[in-house]
Amino acid sequence: MPSPAPRPASTAGPVPAPGPAAGPAADPDPTRRRRPRRAAVVVALLTTLVMVLAACSSPADDDAGDAEVGPALSTPEGGVFPDGTTVRLLAHDSFAVSEEVLDQFTQSTNVEVELVLGGDAVTLVNQAVLTAGNPQGDVLFGVDGNTLTRAVEADIFESYEPEGLADIDPAFTADAGGVVTPVDYGDVCVNYDRTWFEDEGLALPTGFEDLVDPAYRDLLVVQDPSSSSPGLAFLLGTIAEMGGGDVTGDDAPWLDYWRQLQDNGVQVADSWSTAYYTDFSGSEGQGPRPLVVSYASSPPAEVTDPSIPVDEAPTGTVVDTCYRQVEYAGILRGTTERGAAEALIDFMISVPFQEDVPEQMYVYPVNDEAALPEVFETFTAEVSDPLTVPPAEVAANTERWVQQWAGIFR
Amino acid sequence: MSARWRWGLAALPLAFLGVFFVWPVTAIVVRGLRPEGQWDLSPIADVVTDPVIRRVAWFTLWQAVASTVLTLLVGLPGAALFARYSFTGKRVIWAALVVPFVLPTVVVGIAFLGVIGPTGVLGLDLSGTVWAILIAHVFFNYAVVVRTVGGFWASLDPDVVDAARVLGAPPWRTFLEVTWPLLRPAVAAAASIVFLFTFTSFGVVLVLGGTRHRTLEVEIYEQTTQFLALDVAAGLALVQLVFVVATLAWFARTQERRAVALRPRSAAETARPVRGWRARAFLAANLAVMAVLLVLPLGVLVVRSFRVPGGGWGTDFYRALSTNPRGSTSFVAPVEAIANSLLFASGATVVAVVLGALAAWAIAGGAGRNGDPAAVEVGSADPAAVEVASADRGRDRGTSRGRPLRRGPGAWRWVDTALMIPLGTSAVTVGFGFLIALDEPPLDLRDSLWLIPLAHAIVALPFVIRLVVPALRAIDPALREAAGTLGASPWRVWREVDLPVVGRALAAAAGFAFAVSLGEFGATVFLVQVDRPTLPVAIYRFLGRPGPLEFGQAMALSTILMALTVVVVLVIDRLRPAGASEF
Repeated sequence: MPSPAPRPASTAGPVPAPGPAAGPAADPDPTRRRRPRRAAVVVALLTTLVMVLAACSSPADDDAGDAEVGPALSTPEGGVFPDGTTVRLLAHDSFAVSEEVLDQFTQSTNVEVELVLGGDAVTLVNQAVLTAGNPQGDVLFGVDGNTLTRAVEADIFESYEPEGLADIDPAFTADAGGVVTPVDYGDVCVNYDRTWFEDEGLALPTGFEDLVDPAYRDLLVVQDPSSSSPGLAFLLGTIAEMGGGDVTGDDAPWLDYWRQLQDNGVQVADSWSTAYYTDFSGSEGQGPRPLVVSYASSPPAEVTDPSIPVDEAPTGTVVDTCYRQVEYAGILRGTTERGAAEALIDFMISVPFQEDVPEQMYVYPVNDEAALPEVFETFTAEVSDPLTVPPAEVAANTERWVQQWAGIFR
Repeated sequence: MSARWRWGLAALPLAFLGVFFVWPVTAIVVRGLRPEGQWDLSPIADVVTDPVIRRVAWFTLWQAVASTVLTLLVGLPGAALFARYSFTGKRVIWAALVVPFVLPTVVVGIAFLGVIGPTGVLGLDLSGTVWAILIAHVFFNYAVVVRTVGGFWASLDPDVVDAARVLGAPPWRTFLEVTWPLLRPAVAAAASIVFLFTFTSFGVVLVLGGTRHRTLEVEIYEQTTQFLALDVAAGLALVQLVFVVATLAWFARTQERRAVALRPRSAAETARPVRGWRARAFLAANLAVMAVLLVLPLGVLVVRSFRVPGGGWGTDFYRALSTNPRGSTSFVAPVEAIANSLLFASGATVVAVVLGALAAWAIAGGAGRNGDPAAVEVGSADPAAVEVASADRGRDRGTSRGRPLRRGPGAWRWVDTALMIPLGTSAVTVGFGFLIALDEPPLDLRDSLWLIPLAHAIVALPFVIRLVVPALRAIDPALREAAGTLGASPWRVWREVDLPVVGRALAAAAGFAFAVSLGEFGATVFLVQVDRPTLPVAIYRFLGRPGPLEFGQAMALSTILMALTVVVVLVIDRLRPAGASEF
């Protein structure tokens, strides 16, 4: 390859000795002498670039948990904490909140919130179980019905009853047991591509029985329940609907239903992203299948520009297939900032945080007082009777259910 | 080099491996097998006798072998092209080869399904078949073969080949009997890396393999992250380890036996312009392979990043990247993600190159052979000569008197193998191990910024060792002896003889290390991210949300990540030590 870039005229500097190919005599290739300098320049430029970029990005504060500051056991007078109080919020990678809302919390309590985001919700809880008693943060957000029992049995939380619990529908607190606090809920449902069904002249599916009807052959994509949380939610929904969760053999009604789904050409993707963006026809991926397991909040998200008035979102929800998942937050056992952690939990169920939840995380507030953003109000289908399976049953049986399911699909 | 020197060099890399790999992995395995403080080895027995696991293990093994063989078949012609010809755009393509390395699997899944999926441009739906997995593995590992073997090949002395041709050997015989024996260490190095990568393949198998194809890695991941069944996971991890160690030990042996001393030449001397119809056809065929294998799937991503929601084309997605309409904490400014990625990757590269180089020099042991290298090379077709070439196994090659060493190469083979094992261990095992092992002061690194580059360096370290060791072993000891005779100090010999020769290998290794770190996602998600999201993390966040704008932004960020990779690797390729040969 020809030599790149013209070189500058000779410069003083360390002259390297001849390379190995040359004898001890003169260097046959004078251009070599300046290569170390050029390399040094490139290194210097690259280092500078990285340093400048690092300077642009946020500095990491390492002064959390000062040794002098003992554990605050309760909320101080007036709810204002001493300067430098930081509470660490462990959450899964889908967690999001407006900077503005977090600032409100900091202004009223003087507590800085440090976000520590891990992997998905299940991994997050398992990390917390492994590090029980020596936690990586003070508050954990993202326990749901599928992980709640495991978390409680591993004793990773300190019990807490927040202020403002009165505004929350008791249905949401039923499973929390005074240990964790419900923050939001979401429904996992079959979504349809409205345009596709209109173009084909096929009636929109109304429930589970349509999905196994030959008229809807090869239209549905679901997620593998062993690797995907909505996939597991949909599986639990079929168990709640069809029954037979206590049957250990392979003649449970819900397993029969899955065999019918298989006969009807259901496709199983590894994750929500693959199913929604590669197989589903109703989103940007423009895949081949018009039915996908997703969320009740997905249709509002598909409304590209809320400023353009439309009657319907391009996708819709089959409400009879919806399985409800509640997400909880709890104070991690071993926290050194108990008071600030309590204040953060109180804040998470207060109206400002609750009203922020839909647009940030595509889930719905548990607080009755919180108003929904317009696009969610308009385009979320009413789920009057969501399916559920009690957390204790989920914990006791999930592994077996997934294995039974795998017996059909592997 | 004396034994004491060698162990001295190896001390730091081995200590690093001990603290950041052996200890965490041991901790998590012990946690699985000693649930109540009592050893319970039944999970291992359960795993070994489980018919399902046997099937999974068998599939894991055969798909890895098939992927490795396929990658070599497709990649070796590419290596030959880069080693022997110069053509326009060579440098950029050479750098761009590593792009697949940096993309998150889910993005590669989208790219591939856009080509061989249900609505793919080829009109051929391979999703869910084993072919999809194999093709994706070739896509990911093509660069390993081309850059590892090609770099080594480029420094081979063409005079040997010319001599064989002059003596009347036809081209195929020249290749089989002269070039191939010389290339074997580099091919073995590339093959071992590809094998480990594909043996522990996880994302590709999940995204493209459907529900029926599962590897041990997928099982370990599921048992650990979904069910927290640490006992089963530990049993599986040990099974995986046995396979990996057995493979590596075998590779280490072949590599020792095949090293042949030669006089490395500058690549500029060995590459020639493409002339004649044979050479043109060869270039065209290779470029066609790269177009179908690399450009087509990656092109899918680029094209989608320039779509506009609702139809048409434009840069809307790119413009949206720097706006945060909802004022969200989950928003990552692209510049920030790029900065974080570069920062971590630079750190990981420096650590991996320094430690890997130390280890490589220790493993190669300043090895060399006496005798006329040219005679050995041309005669290497002759078994007797190979005998000569390997006659000094079992002795300390560094001492000219050939004193037997107390610890023979056997010990070094194990050091070599040990340093390679991280490539064949599941990220989730290491990640969870970190959590429970490195959680006490003075080593509570769980949320230290250092943990990410260190974790990446563990994965990148084997690359450096595999690329540098063959280059070192190929140095003709006559060069070192001549320099020594002329009065050069050992340090100077190292600087003037060793460093220039392995410069290209080091640069290539650094390129891989950088790419591995830039795209690493498996371990990163287990190590908490305090406000320091990298590009893959940001891409993943976009893809986890519904909405056309989110998807488009993920594609745009992926395209930026690809461009960034090409630029950085181009720069690294230019950063050779003084006197190193160049393309």
